[in-house]
Amino acid sequence: MTQRTRNFLLLAPAGAWFLLMLVVPLSVVLVFSFGERGAAGGYVPAFTLEQYANLPARWAAFRNTLFLAPVGTLSALLIAYPLAYFLAVRVSAKWKMLLLVLVIVPFWTSILIRSYAWIFLLGGKGIPALIEFIGFPAIRLINTPFSVLVGIVYGYLPLMVFPIFVSLDRLDKRLLEASSDLGAKPWPTFLQITLPLSIPGIATGCMLVFILLMGEYLIPAILGGGKVFFVGNALVDLFLQSRNWAFGSAVAVTLIVVMLATVTVYMRFMARLSANRDDVSLI
Amino acid sequence: MRLYAAFVYLFLYIPIAVIAIFSFNAGRNASDFVGFSVKWYGKALDNPFIMDALKTSLTVALLSALFASVFGAMAAVALQGIRGPVRTAFDALINVAVMIPGIVIGIATLIGLVTIFEQLNPLIDAIWPFASDAPRLQMGKASLVAAHTMFLMALCIIIVRARLAGMDRSLTEASSDLYATPFGTFVQVTLPLIFPAILAGFLLSFTFSFDDFIIAFFVAGSETTLPIYVFSSIRRGVTPEINAIGTMVLGASLFILLIAQTLLRPRKGK
Repeated sequence: MTQRTRNFLLLAPAGAWFLLMLVVPLSVVLVFSFGERGAAGGYVPAFTLEQYANLPARWAAFRNTLFLAPVGTLSALLIAYPLAYFLAVRVSAKWKMLLLVLVIVPFWTSILIRSYAWIFLLGGKGIPALIEFIGFPAIRLINTPFSVLVGIVYGYLPLMVFPIFVSLDRLDKRLLEASSDLGAKPWPTFLQITLPLSIPGIATGCMLVFILLMGEYLIPAILGGGKVFFVGNALVDLFLQSRNWAFGSAVAVTLIVVMLATVTVYMRFMARLSANRDDVSLI
Repeated sequence: MRLYAAFVYLFLYIPIAVIAIFSFNAGRNASDFVGFSVKWYGKALDNPFIMDALKTSLTVALLSALFASVFGAMAAVALQGIRGPVRTAFDALINVAVMIPGIVIGIATLIGLVTIFEQLNPLIDAIWPFASDAPRLQMGKASLVAAHTMFLMALCIIIVRARLAGMDRSLTEASSDLYATPFGTFVQVTLPLIFPAILAGFLLSFTFSFDDFIIAFFVAGSETTLPIYVFSSIRRGVTPEINAIGTMVLGASLFILLIAQTLLRPRKGK
């Protein structure tokens, strides 16, 4: 068997699978987005831009997503950075791996069940009851943008910590010593050396979290109670309840285009900021 | 700084602890703890809907993880040795597969497969030679396995490839210098070195497929997986039974993850 045949046989299952389950379905979504809705739902072939013209009908979902996805990403970054710094610079090698694994592990467990836990904590008998007990007036937390934000930060924090940790851990600690030997105080050292060198990690973490947030459905569905909804919630409504495939496809295509556009602009920006261009990558 | 880190760890683990504690609540009301009991575990394990959903989830996760890790590893090994348009095409497909939101994968699979099935079903009816009704293609376990495998295969390719890239090239060169056939080198040198990565890919794929809600929500047809069952129960209200299932699911995933973590860790002295 020649090397060519061997490689062909090794790649054939994966290639066929990608073709049938990724390329064909995504093409169908693209084609459907230019079609019309059937009388009983579903799809009627056509070539029209009507569905795209109708997009403002779901403006609220896009607005919520484009507001809470960046805000959630930034909040996760602000909480994750000090922790990643602590793990990479301050913790001894013995404990480093264990503490890191403890941060990552929740990300791989069911996000459904972890979000559900916050119904307890933010619900009437959780944190609001505690606040009232201390003596403050009772407040409503569940089913607000705040509860969705808490769920987002909680759900995606591990994904933010990991890349920042990696970039800080790789940083040559002698640079920090040199800086302090030359008389720099801790803050200037951080701002002039540590922070710029960790930009690749920040860029990767923010992008991973942002991409996942753009398609989020579960967290707003569980903690937003139908009041705070994302594009994902609109898509479930369009495909599973009203069976409006053509309009739903247009919303899905728009979501991907908006996502790709944001990520491209963002990557250009980060690459310019970063000292080392090659480090900005998705995976 | 230590205090801050401690707070973040509390933030990460308190919700999980709360579910675990309330799963042992003897009371019916989910938010008042009245006493210790394991009765909700018994109730959950006796519920035929939950057991059916569990069986579906396990079957789908096992098959998806198996296909994804085997086909993914095969592709990763082949991609290691080639350049040019085929390599570029696969790199693009892998990136698209991991970047596209899960919800879009779910939607695309749903309308893509339903459209194909609508074309194929009359065709099968027409050529079906027996008197009985022809089988109909529809959404279900098979379509769910197909959708999960597609996404997880990309993940497995990335994991195995990272391992291959970190491999010492002189090992395979030494093997062929010593007159091993390419196949012999693969079986005796490459495979043992990448096997931990393949197994870790399998385990991560298994937990991902088992925990996935959003793709299954669109693609599972009339089948109910465990996350779909849990989601629809949450919609009806919080119950101690769900806490018990949640605790068991989290416990099982933590266990599998610890194994995967040990496998992926670079060994000392090598």
